[in-house]
Amino acid sequence: MGLISNGTTVFDAGVMSLGGQMTFIKKIALSSAAGDISFVNGASGVVLDNTYEEYVFFFHGIHPATDGVTFSFQTSINTGSAYGVHTTSTYLNAYHNEGNTGAALGYEGTGDAAQSTGEIPLIREEKLSADNDHHGVGYLHLFNPASTTFVKNFISRTQANHAAEYSMDSYIAGYVNTTSAVDAIRFKVNSGNIDAGTITMYGIA
Amino acid sequence: MGVISNGTTLLDAGAIDSGIATGAMTLISSITASNSSTIDFTSGITSTYKEYLFTFNNIHCNTNDKDLTFQTDTGTNTNYNITCTSTGFRPYVNEAGNSSGVSYLSGQDQEQGTGFQQITQRLGSDNDQVGSGHLRIYDPSNTTFVKHFISRFSIYEAGDFAEDDFFSGFFDTTTALTRFRFKMTSGAIGSGTIKLYGIS
Repeated sequence: MGLISNGTTVFDAGVMSLGGQMTFIKKIALSSAAGDISFVNGASGVVLDNTYEEYVFFFHGIHPATDGVTFSFQTSINTGSAYGVHTTSTYLNAYHNEGNTGAALGYEGTGDAAQSTGEIPLIREEKLSADNDHHGVGYLHLFNPASTTFVKNFISRTQANHAAEYSMDSYIAGYVNTTSAVDAIRFKVNSGNIDAGTITMYGIA
Repeated sequence: MGVISNGTTLLDAGAIDSGIATGAMTLISSITASNSSTIDFTSGITSTYKEYLFTFNNIHCNTNDKDLTFQTDTGTNTNYNITCTSTGFRPYVNEAGNSSGVSYLSGQDQEQGTGFQQITQRLGSDNDQVGSGHLRIYDPSNTTFVKHFISRFSIYEAGDFAEDDFFSGFFDTTTALTRFRFKMTSGAIGSGTIKLYGIS
């Protein structure tokens, strides 16, 4: 059911506009463990094309089934038939443990990527905790994925519980090195399932 | 009464569903570069919002290895030389995977300078090279305090590095800021879009 008032569509097809420039597209809240969470243009109400110049994904309560894993993403240029487009990215990490015996800020070479077609870490290498009260949160901005001229820049920040009782604040940025349109993105952990969590996608007009 | 559209709850129990955008981010203006030596935002920056957000999509420079910069001014002045103190740092990695790290950008910061403040550094001009990011200006109309700013960009650097450029600082004035100018350190902004939003 839609609602049109004075010629303006207020809501339709499950999407509501209240005049803001950040438009809700899709929320995936896991009701049971899943191997990955994906957003594919044209599937299940997802828009990931030239409708918006910028997309943002918010991560809430990302809880892995297996202790000490990497939370990561990959993109696709063929609506998810294959993931793994060459990507170069940086990884800066601040951390501090509960015992106050370890704290630092530094570049995390094991978390970066150099023309990699593998998983791009958003919560660093095999550190995300599966303790019952632990999880990860954050966001990922993806710029102009539909461009067929330029690479696709992205910016992310995550905050998570380290398996060895640290707080981890990670800053990740880079580019998907393709001039083909990116039309799908997939999030997963490197071992086991994502036990619980929500990822919400918005378009920024 | 609740409202459900296409299986998605939009309204229920007197509240809008938390997944619905509620208009906290208002588009004020948008400028698309076309070999532009400068891009100016000269209206819409008032006391209406406590925070303003510039978004940068696919900024492409005509001259290789140059930097996107900005300055600000007051009233209807066009000098764009407000005193600024700032910091900058950047994590980086190259495509070959043999050079990476994080460093403070000591040559790109200012200490009570009046020059244009960098918000990217060493942007490449290859056909597919661009930078995208955000710049936040806090309470530009305040007449008591200085004006803070924070920026972050993902760029494709001239030497084929991925760089995550962070800059922040303050304009050392208690006069309201009303306008902002963006330009490259040399050459034009070939293409790209800069949008200005108010955050309520």
